[in-house]
Amino acid sequence: MARLLILGGGIAGQTAALHARKKLGHQHEVIVVTPNSKWNWIPSNIWVGVGMMKTEDVTFDLAPVYKKSGITYLQAKALSINPEGEGSSSTPFVTIEYTSPEKKGVTEKVKYDYLINSTGPKLNFDATKGLGPEKNSYSVCTPSHATEANHHLQESIQRMKKGEKQTLLVGTGHGSCTCQGAAFEYIFNVEYLLRKENVRDKANVLWISNENELGDFGMGGMHIKRGGYITHSRVFTESLYAERGIDWITQAHPKEVEKTQLSYETLDGEEKTVSYDFAMLLPPFSGVGLKAYNKVGEDITPTLFAPSGFMKVDADYTPKTYEQWSPKDWPETYQSPVYKNIFAVGIAFAPPHAISKPTVNPNGIPIFPTPPRTGMPSGVMARQVAFNIADMINGKADEPTRKASLARMGAACIASAGANMLNGTAVSMTMYPIIPDFEKYPEAGRDLHYTTGEIGLAGHWIKFLLHYAFIYKAKANPFWRVVPE
Amino acid sequence: MIVRNPFGQNYYAAVPTKLTRSLRVNLIWQLFRFLVINIKMLRMVRKH
Ligand SMILES: Cc1cc2nc3c(=O)[nH]c(=O)nc-3n(C[C@H](O)[C@H](O)[C@H](O)COP(=O)(O)OP(=O)(O)OC[C@H]3O[C@@H](n4cnc5c(N)ncnc54)[C@H](O)[C@@H]3O)c2cc1C
Repeated sequence: MARLLILGGGIAGQTAALHARKKLGHQHEVIVVTPNSKWNWIPSNIWVGVGMMKTEDVTFDLAPVYKKSGITYLQAKALSINPEGEGSSSTPFVTIEYTSPEKKGVTEKVKYDYLINSTGPKLNFDATKGLGPEKNSYSVCTPSHATEANHHLQESIQRMKKGEKQTLLVGTGHGSCTCQGAAFEYIFNVEYLLRKENVRDKANVLWISNENELGDFGMGGMHIKRGGYITHSRVFTESLYAERGIDWITQAHPKEVEKTQLSYETLDGEEKTVSYDFAMLLPPFSGVGLKAYNKVGEDITPTLFAPSGFMKVDADYTPKTYEQWSPKDWPETYQSPVYKNIFAVGIAFAPPHAISKPTVNPNGIPIFPTPPRTGMPSGVMARQVAFNIADMINGKADEPTRKASLARMGAACIASAGANMLNGTAVSMTMYPIIPDFEKYPEAGRDLHYTTGEIGLAGHWIKFLLHYAFIYKAKANPFWRVVPE
Repeated sequence: MIVRNPFGQNYYAAVPTKLTRSLRVNLIWQLFRFLVINIKMLRMVRKH
């Protein structure tokens, strides 16, 4: 009997758990350790943040799903990994702390044969003074954050209805943020709501981000063929902002968020401020802070984890300049180079470097997006890792055989720009590969045949259908495997 | 929305014409685009 332990039951962890359970006979055990009792379809938190959906629409209880699937569920958070065991025992284990009401605070050591770290990001609000829902800005990263953001957004709308002018600031709250796509969706959903509520003329809607230019999205943007030109996503993104009357600030590193004012530094090194009545600013991400100890109890965290807290896998982490970057730097199997029975997928693995070209301002502050790891690639790598582990447990392979490099993987992404079945819109994008390969595709780094983008109502329909499809799949309902990652 | 602000951000951006904007929410055209986008996305899924 073998035991697969999965840390984190988010998009990647859930995918890995369900696939592994299907591939492994019931003599083998699949355990998921995750701190929340509910699963959350995070992309739809945007719609909670504008009052179009409620928390119940984007979450469901995990326990019944794991029960029917034959997966052991421990409502707890992982604290540390002992990959070599402890003392005279060489069986590796993870120390967890329960978060369920019945066992809150109780710690336990959970042994494993194979371990998948899919703990996602820590929302690092502390990186910027005053940032975050407990301080002076709002967030849409969790259902409760999004509910609170919507509450304050509705207050702003009420003020506008009484004739007050309001400035709404949306974007990223630190120079190293990722996930610009989520902030993009939020600003356009807010703008749509303001038009629906007939208060658009009372609002100054303003974007702020650490991107070098609009349309970067942490991927250096993308080029697509359109109207006889090969055009950068900057052109299309600026077009949408101009069309919807949204001004933008880019190349910004927010330094302090106050009640109604944000101080930021620019890539030129200038200090600036912007005033607002409502601010939704995403935090930078880091690893969740897992520790690692060797057999004698020494701290070996830097062996397993990068300084960012994300787990090191089979990537090339040698420091390189932008010009030296290669698609080969990116991991293929997500296996720890030191402990071969440990894997990290989704946001939890440490990328070898950014995708957008790094830029530093004259005061030495890096201002550029860190690489996004969106839902589709997170799901694909989780599935491949689960299959590889199942093969190794079932004796079909000695090492991982399936690969899921972002340099040979495409992504499809739908960004909502206003939610309505008759007049809503969304940007539908496909790109291949995610990591640009300028050797293979010297023109634009990506295959222009597969890299596409358009805006329209059809995108909203797809986004809406995907909401239900992915929740259906995560609930492990009949034929869940038909829904792709 | 082209604002009369020669050196402003919005002034230089390409903005969609009325026809482009109406096609974006035209039910028949969007039904067709729905099929096209789904095919493109499935092509992407099959590449893994
Ligand atoms: C607002 C928003 C909108 C987004 N929209 C899109 C979109 O439209 N399309 C798209 O492709 N992507 C989108 N993304 C990105 C997408 O959500 C991520 O790619 C995806 O969630 C990554 O999956 P993951 O499993 O790595 O992390 P998560 O889904 O965050 O899961 C991590 C899990 O680990 C758990 N965990 C944390 N700490 C511990 C611990 N110590 N021990 C055990 N478990 C732990 C967490 O509770 C969580 O359940 C969006 C992100 C945000 C924030």
